[in-house]
Amino acid sequence: MHAGDTIFALSSGAPPAALAIIRISGPGAGNALAALSGGLPSPRHAVLRSLQDPDDGGLLDRALVLWFPGPTTATGEDLAELHLHGGRAVVRAVEAVLARMPDLRLAEPGEFTRRAFLNGRMDLAEAEGLSDLLFAETEAQRVAAIRMASGHLSRQVESWRQEVLRLSALIEAELDFSDEDDVASGVADTTGQGIIALASHIGAALQRPRAERLRDGIRVVLAGPPNSGKSTLLNALVQREAAIVSDIAGTTRDLIEVPVGLKGIPFVFTDTAGLRDEGAEVIEAIGIDRARDAMAVADILLWLGPEGQGGARAWEIETQIDRIDVSRETKTAARHRLSARTGIGLDGLIDDLVMTAQTLLPGAGDVALNARQHRLLSECTEALDRAGQQDDLLLRAESLRHARLALDQLLGRTHVEDMLDALFGNFCIGK
Amino acid sequence: MAARMGARTALVSFTRDAIGAMSCNPAIGGLGKGHLVREVDALDGLIARAADQAAIHYRMLNSSKGSAVQGPRVQADRKLYKAAIQRMLGEQDNLHIVEGEVAAIRIESGRVSGVSMADGTSIAARAVVLATGTFLGGRMFRGEERLEGGRIGEPGASLLAQQLRAAELPMARLKTGTPPRIDGRTIDWAMLDKQPSDSDGWTMSPRSQGRSVPQVFCAITRTCQQTHDIIRVNLDRSPLFSGAIGAQGPRYCPSIEDKIHRFGDRDGHQVFLEPEGLDTHLVYPNGISTSLPTDVQRAFVRSMAGLECAEIVVPGYAVEYDHIDPRALDHQLQVRAIPGLYCAGQINGTTGYEEAAAQGLVAGMAAAGQVLGRQIELPDRATSYLAVMIDDLVLQGVTEPYRMLTARAEYRLRLRANNASDRLTGLAIGNGCVGDERQAWFERRQRAKAGLLTALQRPASCAELAALGLPVKADGARQSLQDWLRFPAISLASLSPLIEGEHDLADDLIAEIEEDAVYAPYLARQDAELRDLRANERISLGGDIDYRAITGLSNEMVERLSLARPETLAEAGRIRGVTPAALAAILVHARRQAA
Repeated sequence: MHAGDTIFALSSGAPPAALAIIRISGPGAGNALAALSGGLPSPRHAVLRSLQDPDDGGLLDRALVLWFPGPTTATGEDLAELHLHGGRAVVRAVEAVLARMPDLRLAEPGEFTRRAFLNGRMDLAEAEGLSDLLFAETEAQRVAAIRMASGHLSRQVESWRQEVLRLSALIEAELDFSDEDDVASGVADTTGQGIIALASHIGAALQRPRAERLRDGIRVVLAGPPNSGKSTLLNALVQREAAIVSDIAGTTRDLIEVPVGLKGIPFVFTDTAGLRDEGAEVIEAIGIDRARDAMAVADILLWLGPEGQGGARAWEIETQIDRIDVSRETKTAARHRLSARTGIGLDGLIDDLVMTAQTLLPGAGDVALNARQHRLLSECTEALDRAGQQDDLLLRAESLRHARLALDQLLGRTHVEDMLDALFGNFCIGK
Repeated sequence: MAARMGARTALVSFTRDAIGAMSCNPAIGGLGKGHLVREVDALDGLIARAADQAAIHYRMLNSSKGSAVQGPRVQADRKLYKAAIQRMLGEQDNLHIVEGEVAAIRIESGRVSGVSMADGTSIAARAVVLATGTFLGGRMFRGEERLEGGRIGEPGASLLAQQLRAAELPMARLKTGTPPRIDGRTIDWAMLDKQPSDSDGWTMSPRSQGRSVPQVFCAITRTCQQTHDIIRVNLDRSPLFSGAIGAQGPRYCPSIEDKIHRFGDRDGHQVFLEPEGLDTHLVYPNGISTSLPTDVQRAFVRSMAGLECAEIVVPGYAVEYDHIDPRALDHQLQVRAIPGLYCAGQINGTTGYEEAAAQGLVAGMAAAGQVLGRQIELPDRATSYLAVMIDDLVLQGVTEPYRMLTARAEYRLRLRANNASDRLTGLAIGNGCVGDERQAWFERRQRAKAGLLTALQRPASCAELAALGLPVKADGARQSLQDWLRFPAISLASLSPLIEGEHDLADDLIAEIEEDAVYAPYLARQDAELRDLRANERISLGGDIDYRAITGLSNEMVERLSLARPETLAEAGRIRGVTPAALAAILVHARRQAA
């Protein structure tokens, strides 16, 4: 970490694009902006400037520039933004000029956020929310990430922490003062009820869909015997030729994963090797094993094989209803009947997928948890459960202390260094 | 302590006779405080042994609760306590008692060189420990009356207070109070609930042998609506409410007028009537400290059951005194700005004898270590209440007189009053502050403990335990005797037929081993936490951090950090209001400064 120097990076998506935004943060940001654009604009006003190479005066781009003096900026430092035209050459040229300036260097991954965090501009839960935001590609992901970045989770955890503190205080009063003055009686009962209520409250949050679903997408697995039309259906759903389609059994031999957003919801569709017990050579057999693994972890399983053989969770799909040239299997209780080739029934399937996915994703107002948050909240509820089962007030207090520690960790009160490394390593550069 | 470590030590007091005098309630110990007394004893301080020689009433507070929060407490006979302290001090080599008033600390080239006395003489010393109690700039209040001094009938240390204030040390005022003393012959004991002394023979120091003095009983009465009415109509005559006393008193040991004012809905408060000695009729009514005028005190005392005819011998009063903001001290209780000057007790903003004894011991040990050029090892928050207190004081400062509470110790399951020797005596021996007798006793004790623990490793099946009539489930696994001890129904005594070898064990050692077994799963869960704590304790922040230069710290954080000057990352993290983000910023700053 070299927090004294000034960093820059492209913080919009990879060029080419309509616009490319380069951010510069640190004590040298003002000088860099002035050197490029001939002076500092008034703070927080977008102005159009010609950017020139300070060494030879060559015109780099005509760009919108913004100047944010620290410390009340996103990073807590002086901050400049260059909104360039999004061509590769333009971006490369501006980056090269910046890199030549003294004390300026390209940011490391996550370094902008790390600086924001270190300068007290956000707490850990907010930073994690931002991390997810940067990964967000679809609308639902973005909304959930924004919700966390603006502190919903922190506030929620803080309210749980306050409740743990309240319960602890009741017990501590009994432990430290009951022999001196008459402290309210019945502490064992009142705290016992409070602990159970809090544990079930946090437990409900743990039951809710996880943030990974948002980030990674709803896993939809297409499975069935060879030549049942899985790859055709996949291509129809993702609207491109992601999988090779042929009449030869065993064409798809490994998993094909295709992330796609449908109506603002992230999905990952997985095409699998056709399941068959005989006739598969070695590589195809491995593919079949993988197919079975994928089926096991699917959020939604589209079953294109013989009715009833896809397992209880499977959606029975009858495909190729337009084809009369093959001896199709018909299903008595198909959830969907469709033809991927003609599109008949496809919209119904997509609507169903989207509706179902909404129940699997964090709803509006919910806070989605990532794996670390989930683990710590689980630790907290386990400690609360132990506290609830314990009649000895002293040991109950100890378990409550553990519950509080888990919440403290969630907000980033311990393991400072480890956590920072783990967290900020997750950011893409420039944010 | 310093004398025992081999330093030539002078103890300066207004009068020799006042050494060992108990200012307030002649009770020693209590919740948290009892732990401190046992710890001081484990470090071979005097308070527990003197208490045992003077104790006329023993009570184990919280005896119905888990052993880690049980607090031993005794009522002492004032005369016997003072006699015991004076006798033990008299036997101490290297210790000279000097009568007189210290007028000033002598400072040469920035460090302490001794003290100047009010009579014009001076004493040279390379280290000075200030233990001024409530005497530093002490002022007493009772109704409209005002008295200078630290205790009724004794002068205050006002010259010294002026010097410390002039030296720009951060000073503030605190207040404490005392209740009226009642003539026990005028109390109707027969109508009150009595509280006898505990019968099971425990002692404050494990080195004491049983009860040495006759035991008396205490009694309990309550304030009532009439008491509250009398106090309420006279609140304006209390200096606490008239504005005469601005200093903050303790929230947890409030004056009776505070209790009435703040908890007006309560219909009564308990009052413990505690005899002050065997050959005195004075009774200390614990729970009604007050600074109301004498006539009001008499009226409200007489409104309580059993006290209808009670005579007040000495009316209660409040005392306001100077203290140093303890954040000016390091963890050895040395004033950072004046090397060689140490402070201990109420001058650091704490209450009571127990807190004072613990600090005096640490300050004495550290001062002697400095003078003798010896490295002193101090305990940490995971090994003692003593360290919890000092850490709290020097990092957080005080807003009210600091009182030890078990809730302050996050690792209290390991910090039990009855395992203090195990936690601290070894460390004290290393520091050279333990007498030969205790050292020999401790080594015998640890050998006995090790022998028993070895014998307890023997595995035993459920059948073996069931054969002894112990309530075990038949399907339980075979495990060591030590693991079996975890079950509440199984005691060391009940396992004795299965324990090989002869073991001669003191009661406190038996209790310690049983409790260790019961708490074992909880202690194991703390291990990771302790590893973290100690790792962060090793991350030094270096001496001079300019917290204003760290962006992102709030003004409040900058102020607190600048006053407390934490030495390690762990200490910085314990300062109230320091957020994780701030901690990370401090760490980065310190690293950059070191680079």
